[in-house]
Amino acid sequence: MSYQGGEFDVIVIGAGHAGVEAGLASARMGAKTLMLTLNLDAIAYMPCNPSVGGPAKGIVVREIDALGGEMAKNIDKTHIQMRMLNTGKGPAVRALRAQADKFLYQHEMKKTIEETENLLLRQGMVEGLVVEGDTVTGVVTQTGTEYKAKAVIITTGTYLRGKIILGDLAYESGPNNQQPSVNLSYNLKDLGFEMVRFKTGTPPRVNSQTIDYSKTEIQPGDDVPRAFSYETTKYITDQLPCWLTYTNDETHEIINSNLDRAPMYSGIIEGTGPRYCPSIEDKVVRFNDKPRHQIFLEPEGRNTQEVYVQGLSTSMPEDVQHRILSTIPGLENVRMMRAGYAIEYDSIVPTQLWPSLETKKISGLFTAGQINGTSGYEEAAGQGLIAGINAARKVQNKEPVILDRSEAYIGVLIDDLVTKGTNEPYRLLTSRAEYRLLLRHDNADLRLTDIGYDINLISEERYKKYLEKKEAIDTEINRLKNTMIKPSEAKELFEEIGSPLKEAATATLLLKRPEIKYEHIEKIAPPETNLDSDVTEQVEIHVKYEGYISKQLDQVQKMKKMENKKLPEDLDYMAINGLAMEAKQKLAEVRPLSVAQASRVSGVNPADVSVLLVYLEQGKLKKINS
Amino acid sequence: MEMDTIAAISTPMGEGAIAIIRVSGEDAIQIGDNIYKGKKKLTEVESHTINYGHIIDPMSGDIIEEVMVSVLLAPRTFTKENMIEINCHGGLVSVNKILQLVLGQGARLAEPGEFTKRAFLNGRIDLSQAEGVMDLIRAKTDKAMNVAMSQIEGKLSIRIQKLRQELLETVAHVEVNIDYPEYDAEEMTLGILKEKAEIVNKGIDKLLATAQQGKILREGLSTVIIGRPNVGKSSLLNSLVHDNKAIVTDIPGTTRDVIEEYVNVRGVPLRLLDTAGIRETEDIVEKLGVERSRKVVLDSELVLLVLNNNEELTSADEELFQISDGRDRIIIINKTDLPQKINLNLVKELAIDQPIVTTSLLKDEGVDELEEAIKQLFFGGGLESEDLTYVSNSRHISLLNQAKTAVNDALGAIEVGMPVDVIQIDITKAWELLGEVIGDSVHESLIDQLFSQFCLGK
Repeated sequence: MSYQGGEFDVIVIGAGHAGVEAGLASARMGAKTLMLTLNLDAIAYMPCNPSVGGPAKGIVVREIDALGGEMAKNIDKTHIQMRMLNTGKGPAVRALRAQADKFLYQHEMKKTIEETENLLLRQGMVEGLVVEGDTVTGVVTQTGTEYKAKAVIITTGTYLRGKIILGDLAYESGPNNQQPSVNLSYNLKDLGFEMVRFKTGTPPRVNSQTIDYSKTEIQPGDDVPRAFSYETTKYITDQLPCWLTYTNDETHEIINSNLDRAPMYSGIIEGTGPRYCPSIEDKVVRFNDKPRHQIFLEPEGRNTQEVYVQGLSTSMPEDVQHRILSTIPGLENVRMMRAGYAIEYDSIVPTQLWPSLETKKISGLFTAGQINGTSGYEEAAGQGLIAGINAARKVQNKEPVILDRSEAYIGVLIDDLVTKGTNEPYRLLTSRAEYRLLLRHDNADLRLTDIGYDINLISEERYKKYLEKKEAIDTEINRLKNTMIKPSEAKELFEEIGSPLKEAATATLLLKRPEIKYEHIEKIAPPETNLDSDVTEQVEIHVKYEGYISKQLDQVQKMKKMENKKLPEDLDYMAINGLAMEAKQKLAEVRPLSVAQASRVSGVNPADVSVLLVYLEQGKLKKINS
Repeated sequence: MEMDTIAAISTPMGEGAIAIIRVSGEDAIQIGDNIYKGKKKLTEVESHTINYGHIIDPMSGDIIEEVMVSVLLAPRTFTKENMIEINCHGGLVSVNKILQLVLGQGARLAEPGEFTKRAFLNGRIDLSQAEGVMDLIRAKTDKAMNVAMSQIEGKLSIRIQKLRQELLETVAHVEVNIDYPEYDAEEMTLGILKEKAEIVNKGIDKLLATAQQGKILREGLSTVIIGRPNVGKSSLLNSLVHDNKAIVTDIPGTTRDVIEEYVNVRGVPLRLLDTAGIRETEDIVEKLGVERSRKVVLDSELVLLVLNNNEELTSADEELFQISDGRDRIIIINKTDLPQKINLNLVKELAIDQPIVTTSLLKDEGVDELEEAIKQLFFGGGLESEDLTYVSNSRHISLLNQAKTAVNDALGAIEVGMPVDVIQIDITKAWELLGEVIGDSVHESLIDQLFSQFCLGK
């Protein structure tokens, strides 16, 4: 029996890290939103590592916050530890990482969703999409309920035709024995989507009471209170440490002698796994000269004894997992609570998407997160946010929001996916960003708050604060430019720092010296009113790295010119004579929206780009002629 | 990308009477001014005028060429952009030199057909010509690709790949420190980074040196004959010129009173400098001869120092040794038809390891040995002959120079204590530029390197 479940502007399938951001953004932008998920107890569930952030990913979390998303706020409320990474390196690569209380994280997110206006949360499994012509008009669930919608966002994570593999055991399942979503995958195939099979894995969890921590090294959080969100004012000071230990020869021997039982090598696993997240068996085989591998012990929360054994992702049989664990210092007598496993799942080939994350095939249908071939909570959340924003805007007849590669890591991520595709689960790395000196942890608000405000996801109050901060930064930079410091004014200070001052210089010039910090300048030539540390941090970075920043800005200018040369969506590349065959095929598949995007498609060379430019001009002329 | 200023030699390569270097783009006129000295600045003259002046090397202040420069302001130009056309005397040397100066001022070497493309994009050419333009771009690029391919088949690509691999491992190492800060990989320190950057810097220098060899093949090894009056310089010159068909004779240098002659000695093209001087100084006073020699030696890559077998070494001879020290040099002891009065041991001492050839130019003896010595010096000195084709085109040289600049920027940043990840930006840039030389700059290979070099993951 089918019955009508109601009409919505936007339906989100799934409530993982992509789904929750999509649903919240869409509802907050005023679209009547339905969020359907298999299990209301698995909202914002972390099936793998209990942490959020880290290099590149942490910057994504900050970007999500600047655009009005939820991940940053939610982890600020529920972490057990926070650390700023790469503090010894330059500002561009600093990144915050939090260890999450994964249970609290879920509860807090569910609470936020429940309290959000325009957002209806409902348990149910979507079996298929309702499509009229080439436009999506709704979804049908397992129970036969049909919900109508103007836009649908699919965020199925690893649930899509999921299959768990543990030793010689393999069964259909979502992560952690959740129900898999099977029929939706077949439905997508029937609708003509090209699908691929990916694989990922997770390590065993062990009981904290059975760990001998004295044989491990402590990894505490930072003493300084930290937060991801620009709006967080309450900091958690009671932190829990993580612990570091190592594998050894004995561990590796057990793994080597049981390789015939490893599904990775016995052929049971068909999906492509990520190189950056290899299983321990993979590490031991590929890097057999490495005498030991790091193992981090990470608590899964405050009210649980479960500890995540980072570095030991595996799909070896359960008995081998027990034996592997017992070889590791500190874990000799450990009791395993959950075994590690590998999971295979279906994703769609992401070049089938526009940069808005709407599918090219079906109007109104968006996809976000692991279904697009990524891995990681942060990558998922970033896409979810953009899909939610663009679904709502589509319903409201507005242009999609597309972040470019110089604006945000989220822009890099989506551009990579839709332009180049991926042949393994895609993880963000700082090296993927060509303008990373611009895409910093510390300036995410300066890059994106304007956009967040324009799309109504940033409050007036917050926007006002942001404008004040911006103004304060500019004023201070100008003041430093116009402040002369004479040697007599600060002789001792400069000698103390080992940076003697011979003649008068502007404060800006002095701040450029590596050994001089803003706090030194502040002492000699204080500003009228005391400035916030996040203002002075910007001033210091701006002055110190000015040369490099302006070099990157020049490159961005060049890129933008090509970005502004728009290509029609329906361009018939096969009919363009000058293009090489490979370029024709690739361009016809990707259908880039600008010449810049076209130039990033693999197989398109500079000559092809020239031809496109000529063609563009020709098209214009034709229109003029007719 | 598209609006930047481009430059190219617009006349056929070869030995035309004049050559034209064309520059187009917003900065064309300013770039011209940076290397031009005339009555008025080019930025101050009227559009569509032709202006007499000189091209000056802005680094050394040296006068390079006497030129006529056309200044053409947008939009009434071929490309509808600002343009200058530098008309200079034909001859590869000066034309290439001027082009390099223009590129050094920020212009980019034009791609095949790019002037025409711009003319089209800016609406200068009508629709019917559009297809032709595309064909042109396609064809010229394919041709350039073929040429490039034949070049990269060889050792150039191997050498560049080696340098790139060095950089790539360094970059991957820095990246792993950034993306996996807790991973137990050795931290890439400024010290290691500096070491690596210096290795690559040297590698690029070596490649550029082979570029120099390639250049010699095209332009000739600048060679000077020095010696006291009456030792036989003139005979030597005549012998070289008559024995070997002169490739080009009597190209008057316009700004220096040097006359150059080209001869091909056993595959080594020699550009003989100051041949007029040789002929004149035979009868000028000795001091003047040495002074003059000192000047020409500065411009030369090979010195042929002629001594008289029939006389003792004089202080002037020793002075000539002194002024030509440190250059590739062949010592010629002439007039073996006359009794030996010269102290051979002393000559050997002064020559150190450099070749000494004895000749009787009068009797046409020893010339073969001399020619063999020249050949040996050029092809023998650790450089295999196929190496000579390494880097020959301006695009490659310009890319290598840019890569070198990037490496030097990195070294500079290391010096002032910039953080590793910032220095990385320059290193990555160098890696990409080297990749462009061999047509390979795929970013993904960095990530491949990252995961094959390090064992990462959770």
